Amino acid sequence: MIRIAGLRKRFGQLEVLQGVDATFAAGRVTALVGPNAAGKTTLIKSILGLTRPDSGSITVNDSVVNGDVSYRRRIGYMPQIARFPGNLTGAELLSMLETLRTDVTSPDRRLIETFGLEPELDKQLRTLSGGTKQKLNAVAAFLFSPDVLILDEPTAGLDPRASSTLKDRILADRAAGRTFIVTSHVMAELEEVADDVIFLADGQVRFSGSLEGLKKTTRQVNLERAIAELMTRGKVA
Amino acid sequence: MTAVGISKGNGSVWRVAQPQTRDVIRSRWLVFYFVFFLLATEGMIRFTGGDAKALLSMSNIVLFVVPFVTLVYGTVYLYGSREFIELLLAQPIKRSTLFAGLYLGLTLPLVTALVAGMSLPFIFHGFSSQMETVTLLVMLAGTAALTAAFTAIAFFIALRFDDRLTGLGVGMAIWLALGLLYDGLLLVVVMLMPDRAIEKTLLAVTLANPIDLVRIALLMRFDVSAVMGYTGAVFRSFFSDTVGIAIIVAAMAAWIALPLSSGFLAFKRKDF
Repeated sequence: MIRIAGLRKRFGQLEVLQGVDATFAAGRVTALVGPNAAGKTTLIKSILGLTRPDSGSITVNDSVVNGDVSYRRRIGYMPQIARFPGNLTGAELLSMLETLRTDVTSPDRRLIETFGLEPELDKQLRTLSGGTKQKLNAVAAFLFSPDVLILDEPTAGLDPRASSTLKDRILADRAAGRTFIVTSHVMAELEEVADDVIFLADGQVRFSGSLEGLKKTTRQVNLERAIAELMTRGKVA
Repeated sequence: MTAVGISKGNGSVWRVAQPQTRDVIRSRWLVFYFVFFLLATEGMIRFTGGDAKALLSMSNIVLFVVPFVTLVYGTVYLYGSREFIELLLAQPIKRSTLFAGLYLGLTLPLVTALVAGMSLPFIFHGFSSQMETVTLLVMLAGTAALTAAFTAIAFFIALRFDDRLTGLGVGMAIWLALGLLYDGLLLVVVMLMPDRAIEKTLLAVTLANPIDLVRIALLMRFDVSAVMGYTGAVFRSFFSDTVGIAIIVAAMAAWIALPLSSGFLAFKRKDF
């Protein structure tokens, strides 16, 4: 579980996070949605320790994020842009990541098989297509059986089959008790996997609750329309 | 502080540096870089019979090329690795360990390329004099130190400026200033102020240019003040060989340590 309290972050004149309070419940998939520049990426990067917040606190599975790196052992991260050292092979990339995790003895390479990635692993990464790199990106996130997975636009660039495979994996791992934070621009896709929704706009949480609850409060039939309704209300207010 | 972080995670530093070294060594640019030194040295040996003074004239090209390639390749590589560095930062690894790994992973292959490129022809043809051997060693040590210094500067630039065009521009400006304008500007200053006291100031200023430091280290071995440039001549007139070399080594160490520690601080504080 991840708890965020009073998180603030300013970049120069721009206050990107203006006191964010949020809870990402354990064993559930939370969709993090919001318009561009709402602060989604900054929030994710704060959880990962890539960005240091000005104030507020973040707790991941009972450990407070304060500069110590060990809490990241239990996090898998799939960044939005998959860019790897071009002259390494996929196999070399994965073994590099594995050597950085001395605590993990048997990495979880199941996704390689389900994606059919095996024949691509010995090619240099710069020769791989965007979709193949994105698959490798997903493999890397799931490699260490983390309790918490943060997936930033996970299906961008994936073909329908790979995208379905990944979503199946998310649902299976959720059933196994893992916690997910997922962002995407495709609401229909989030709707397939999300249990909860956190809607972020202008650096503040405007909605936090279950997907069903969101549909009820906005009286809309699906996530896309519900979010559209939230955005319209936001402008009126 | 930095040293403690590195020594604690020695294994982890190498775990980052090793794959990165492999990535850089396989890049086309590094192969060109190696071939350039190989051909320049081989040509120099063939056309001049490889005497120590010919090596000296080759150093003029080398002192021009090494800082340039290191700065450009270093900044471009780091800007291109931005997303991968973010992925590595999301792993359970300390920033100090990661920084040390990235720095070594970039410096080692560059040093390897130039050391191998310059020494292989000599090993193949054999050394003609002891003078030549020592000059080559000074040249290798000097250019390796220059690489270490300019890689550190490249790190500082890439961390300090998020925009890659700005970063490249700053890199070019530093290279132009240290590699081309420096000696010329000094000369102008001296001509405008014909005062003997100025020499001591000049001496201090000479230490403030890593390229000049290596050039002086090379030229101190010869009585060729004419090609030493003004700063070299002043330096020579003040120091004996031993003291001079000690001062050069210390100043060079500072030229590596200062940008490296500034880069490390920037890396530690940076919001990615």
